[in-house]
Amino acid sequence: MLGFVVRRLLSSLIVLLLASFVVFAVFYLGPSNPARPVCEGAGGRCTPERLVAIEKQMGLDKPVLSAYGEFMGGIVKGREIDFGASAYDCTAPCLGVSYDTRNFVTDELKERIVPTILLAIGGSIVFLVVGVTTGILAASRRGSSTDRLLVSGSLLVSSIPYYLLCLIAWIFLTLQTNIFPATGYFPITENPLKTIGGLLLPSLVLGFATAPAYARYTRGQMVETLGDDFVRTASAKGLPRRRVLFRHALRAAIVPIVTIFGLDFGALLAGTIFTEAIFSIDGIGRWGLEALDSPLDLPVITATVLVGATFIVVSNLVVDIAYGFLDPRVRIG
Amino acid sequence: MTSTQTTSTTGTPDGAPYLEVTDLTVKFPTADGLVNAVSDLSYSVPLGRTLGIVGESGSGKSVSSMAVLGLHDARSARITGSIKVGGREVVGMDERDLRSLRGNTVSMIFQDALAALHPFYRVGQQLAEAYRVHHPSASKKEARARAIDMLDRVGIPSPKSRVDDFPHQFSGGMRQRVMIAMGLINDPALLIADEPTTALDVTVQAQILDLLQDLQREFNSAIIMITHDLGVIAEIADDVLVMYSGRAVEYGSTREILSHPEMPYTWGLLSSVPDVHSDTNARMIPIPGTPPSLLNPLPGCPFEPRCAHRDKVPGDLCSTTLPELRPGGRGAGHVKRCHLPDPDAIYEAEVLPEIAPDLAKEN
Repeated sequence: MLGFVVRRLLSSLIVLLLASFVVFAVFYLGPSNPARPVCEGAGGRCTPERLVAIEKQMGLDKPVLSAYGEFMGGIVKGREIDFGASAYDCTAPCLGVSYDTRNFVTDELKERIVPTILLAIGGSIVFLVVGVTTGILAASRRGSSTDRLLVSGSLLVSSIPYYLLCLIAWIFLTLQTNIFPATGYFPITENPLKTIGGLLLPSLVLGFATAPAYARYTRGQMVETLGDDFVRTASAKGLPRRRVLFRHALRAAIVPIVTIFGLDFGALLAGTIFTEAIFSIDGIGRWGLEALDSPLDLPVITATVLVGATFIVVSNLVVDIAYGFLDPRVRIG
Repeated sequence: MTSTQTTSTTGTPDGAPYLEVTDLTVKFPTADGLVNAVSDLSYSVPLGRTLGIVGESGSGKSVSSMAVLGLHDARSARITGSIKVGGREVVGMDERDLRSLRGNTVSMIFQDALAALHPFYRVGQQLAEAYRVHHPSASKKEARARAIDMLDRVGIPSPKSRVDDFPHQFSGGMRQRVMIAMGLINDPALLIADEPTTALDVTVQAQILDLLQDLQREFNSAIIMITHDLGVIAEIADDVLVMYSGRAVEYGSTREILSHPEMPYTWGLLSSVPDVHSDTNARMIPIPGTPPSLLNPLPGCPFEPRCAHRDKVPGDLCSTTLPELRPGGRGAGHVKRCHLPDPDAIYEAEVLPEIAPDLAKEN
């Protein structure tokens, strides 16, 4: 097991390096020049000579590989960053300084990650509870009108474009009727209740929009396991229907659901762009989106990609390890 | 009328039958129409005896036995007739009473133990669960002790440690023993074994059959052995019920049926049994054709299209009239569903020389 984890960690590291390098290179070699706003913002005329000088100072003239090496080195041991007019002593783990806000990316990341994590957890609770319950209910009454209602209902919800759902919810439930408190992220250290209030509607919308996929997936898995021999055995033992359904059928059906959930949760932690943007939550997704505005905020983009990729890779690993606990055949075999 | 005849055929002077199935019919509505899985089936089993039910896949063997446990979904199966277990009517019984019956007074052993046991629970947990559901006052410790005891009884070595293993850690034969231990954990009066040896190799198969017989002697339970293997029947069954197309086509004591079969389908089954001891000139003859559709039963004998002897019946009786299940030339204890006037003579003159030349000569 340990060997497996170590091997997986190593291969995960390679994936992370590759993903971050590709993103870094694409934007580094791209048309947007981060030196220009620095040059223009410094006062005076931005002559081509000055621009070149600033580029040189910022290290933008270096070959992409060494610039990337410098960036990654900063994560491990920190580095000096020179913007010409101002210099920064960026301590490890250093993800650079935002070209836009001139804040340390690491510091901003620490703040931005909290609402994203909270939103991911909130949304997950909603879609797991709603989706999985709906799926079990539909499967256990397969073919009945309840089943058909749940299936078509979930199809209806999932056919609405997600951004539209967010907008409708926001306009009708907070803007016009005040049923939900104003959305957004309010620091959890100040007023946790307000934090929860601000993330309540976004979590619900995210949850309910994702729930249909889980409902259908759970239903499919449950229908399959309910037809399995061991479920028939459980009934033949004289067990109550509820026990057959939950202890026997669901126990087997839950394994692939956990797999999908692990991957989804990792993706949610990487940032939910629509949710964060529409409900004005300052999370990772919105941050990454803003960093794409011209001029490109390269350190922020690289950081968000790196964080997102890390979450996805780690959740993959967690799923693989969880599999061993959920399925004894994998654990011992 | 057939029901009264068949209940008297089992020939058991000792006590009333424990399981009594009368005119059982099971239909499944499907998108293509009504599937007549079992039609007018009647049989009975007393305590301490074994009834073998033989037939091809889809002949209604398993469906009829699942009905004894009330395992068919009430929404998808239409069941009529009567199934009496220890005097209690199972057809139409409410779910609560059915649950107290299942795994308790009547239990079932399934074919593929790897699929029939839950892959994620230790065998001890699964056995203890079967025990505790019918003994709510038993503690976890008691249930575990009972599970270990049962594993020991079915011949699993070092049951104290194996009780904590998962099903996939057992060999095929040992897994089937676990299945049997689970079926017997509540001392059922009736055990239904649905092809319990099909997935096992012959030596293990013999062990499992011996085990079942030993346990039957110990507990005096009634056993229904569902199989398509006449070898298994010869070894274990007191009585045989041959099923075809959802109906009983021949029914009687094992000795009777195997020595003087009177129905061409049974002849076909006998012809398709390989036997290492037999004359090398003996032929294994498959039954031509396939079983008929259960959707739209044709008038007449369901075996008629595949029957090699239909020309011996005068007129078009075979294709127009369903034969009744009634005694042939060998007494009331042996009933068959066939129009042939003198089946025993045909069997000895035509069938036996083909499938067992040495036996035919002796006669």
